[in-house]
Amino acid sequence: MSAIRLEELTKRYTEGFWRPRPYTALDRLSLTVESGEVFGCLGPNGAGKTTTLKLLMALVRPTSGQAEILGLPAGSVEVRRRVGYLPENPSFYDHLSAEELLIYFAGLFGCTGAEARRRAAARLDEVGLGAERRMPIRKYSKGMVQRVGIAQALINDPELVFLDEPMSGLDPIGRRDVRALIMRLRDRGCTVFFSSHVLADAEALCNRVAVLAKGRLVAEGRVSDLLAFRVHGWELVVSRVSREVVDQLAVGARITPIGPDRFAIDVPLAVAPERLLQDFVAQGASLVSLNPMRDTLEDFFVESVAAPPARPEA
Amino acid sequence: MRLVGRLAVGVFKESVRDRVLYGLVIFAAVLMAATYLLGQLTAGQDIKIIKDLGLASISTLGLFMAVFVGIGLVWREVERRSIYNLLSKPVTREQFILGKYAGLVLTLAVNVAAMTAAFYLVLAYMNWNADDIMRRSWPAPALDPALMIAIGLIGVELLVVTAVALFFSTFSSPFLSAVLTLALWVVGHFNDDLKHFDAVVDSRPAVWVARALYYLLPDLSAFDVKSQVVHGLPVPAAAVALAVGYGAVYIAFLLVAAMLIFQRKDLQ
Ligand SMILES: Nc1ncnc2c1ncn2[C@@H]1O[C@H](COP(=O)(O)OP(=O)(O)OP(=O)(O)O)[C@@H](O)[C@H]1O
Ligand SMILES: [Mg+2]
Repeated sequence: MSAIRLEELTKRYTEGFWRPRPYTALDRLSLTVESGEVFGCLGPNGAGKTTTLKLLMALVRPTSGQAEILGLPAGSVEVRRRVGYLPENPSFYDHLSAEELLIYFAGLFGCTGAEARRRAAARLDEVGLGAERRMPIRKYSKGMVQRVGIAQALINDPELVFLDEPMSGLDPIGRRDVRALIMRLRDRGCTVFFSSHVLADAEALCNRVAVLAKGRLVAEGRVSDLLAFRVHGWELVVSRVSREVVDQLAVGARITPIGPDRFAIDVPLAVAPERLLQDFVAQGASLVSLNPMRDTLEDFFVESVAAPPARPEA
Repeated sequence: MRLVGRLAVGVFKESVRDRVLYGLVIFAAVLMAATYLLGQLTAGQDIKIIKDLGLASISTLGLFMAVFVGIGLVWREVERRSIYNLLSKPVTREQFILGKYAGLVLTLAVNVAAMTAAFYLVLAYMNWNADDIMRRSWPAPALDPALMIAIGLIGVELLVVTAVALFFSTFSSPFLSAVLTLALWVVGHFNDDLKHFDAVVDSRPAVWVARALYYLLPDLSAFDVKSQVVHGLPVPAAAVALAVGYGAVYIAFLLVAAMLIFQRKDLQ
C-alpha cells in the first residue's frame, strides 16, 4: 500500500474581493509515495509546496482531485492519529512552555499523565531542547520554535510525517541535527514527506523528489536521475598564481579574477579537474576550493516551466 | 468528549494566564468594595442598592469577559496559525468548536463563581452589621437564596452571549465580532418589544418582519429577573425553566451553525 497517493489534486484560490479571479496554486498534481520512503517536494517560492501539504492535512479543501494517505482519505481522524505534521513557520501558544505544549498535544492522542510527560521529554531531547523545556515558547528563538514544531510532529510516534521546510530557521548544526533525525525516522520505517527549496537537503536525504514550479509537477524521480541536476562542470579557485599562468593552463575556460593573485575558473566537464589541479600545483599555485557546478533548482525551473500560468494582477 | 474536555482545559489555562481576566477579577473586587462603601453612605439602609449593583456588575463583567475572550478564541488560532498544529492531531473541527466553547464556559463559570462569592461576602457583612429593625425593613433577606436564581439566569444569558461571540468569531475579525455581539446583546434586551409589535403598528408586513426578527434574535430579557429578586418578588419556577430551555435551544443552534461554517472553512 502506498503511503501517499495524489490524483489530479488541484487547488484554486480566488484573489481579489471586488473582481474575484481564480489563481491556480496547485495544478492537477498526481504523485505516489511508497511507505518507508523519504520523499522531497522541491520548488522555488510560490511553487505550491505548502499548498500541497495543507491539502494533504485537509487544512484546505481541494478544488478537485483526491488525496489518499495510508489508504484512507486525507484529513480523516484515523489518518491524523497516525501521521505528524510540521507546518511552515510553526506558531504556538504564548502562554505555554514547550513541555506543557507537548503534554497538551499528547493528550489529544489520548496519552496522559506520566506517559505524556515521558514522551514530551523524549521528543524535546531528540530535537535538542531538553534544557529549555520549561521556558515559555514566547521567549524562544526562531530556530527553537522550529524545533518545537518538529518535536510536536513526532509526539504520536507517527508512521508518516509531513515536514514543511523542516530546515528553515535552523543554524548549520540544527540542519545537521534535523538531517540526522530524518535518517533515524527512516531507519525506524517512518515515511517522510518534506518540502524544501534547498537541493542539497534533498540530495542528502531523499529516495525520490518531486519538483514543483508554479503549481505544476515538472520533474519526479531520483535526484541523481534528474538530468538537469547533473554536474556540468567544476569551479576551481586557485591562489598565488599569475594571470599568464592561468590563461596558459586553463585554455578556453571562463576565468574570473577574485583578487590580485587569485582566480576562479569554470572548468567544463570535458576537462578533468584532477589534471588541471596538478598542473596548477606544479606551477606553485595553491588550491583554494574545487566545487562541482550544477544547475540550481532555479535554473531547472526556468528551463522546465515552458509556459508558466500568468498570475492575475492583484 | 474527552478530547473536548482537554481542549476546554487548554482554553481555560490560556485565559487564566491572560492578564485581561485578572484585571476583570480585580475590577469585580473593586466594584464590590464600592458597593460596600455606598452601603456605608446610606448607613446600611438600602441593601437593595447593593444587590442591584452586585447583580448588575456580575452581569456586565460577565458580558465583557464573554465577548472579549469569545471573539478572539477561534480567530486568534486561525490568525496565529497555531490551529494547524491542533487540527493535524486527531481533533475534528466540531470538537475544536465545542472545546473552545466549553473552555470559555469554564472560564466564565469560575469567574462568575468568584464574583458571586465576593458578592455574598459583602451581603453577609451587611447582614452582620445591621440590627433587627433594619433587617425587618428589607424586602428580602440579605443572603436571599433567590439571588442564586438571578445569578443562574445571568449565567445562562452569558452562555448565550458566549455562543454568539464564538459564532461570529468563526468568520469575522475580533473587532467586527465584538461589535456584532454587543449589538445583538443590546437588541436582545429590547427583543421582547418586537413580540408585541402588533400592538403598536397596524401594517401587516411590518408585524411579520418584527415577528421573524423576534424569533431570529435572542430574547435576553427572559433571563433578567434581577429586579424581581431584589424587590423580594417571587420568580415562578416555570418562567425559569422556560428561560433555561430557550437558552439551551438557542445555544445549540448557534453552535451547530458555527460548526457548519467552520467545517467548510479553508485555513489559509
Ligand atoms: N490563501 C491564499 N490565497 C491566494 N493565493 C494563495 C493563498 N495561499 C497560497 N497562495 C498562492 O499559491 C501559490 C503557492 O503557494 P505555496 O505557499 O504553496 O508556495 P510554496 O511552494 O510553499 O512557497 P515557499 O517556498 O515560499 O513556502 C503562491 O503563488 C501563493 O501566492
Ligand atoms: Mg511554503
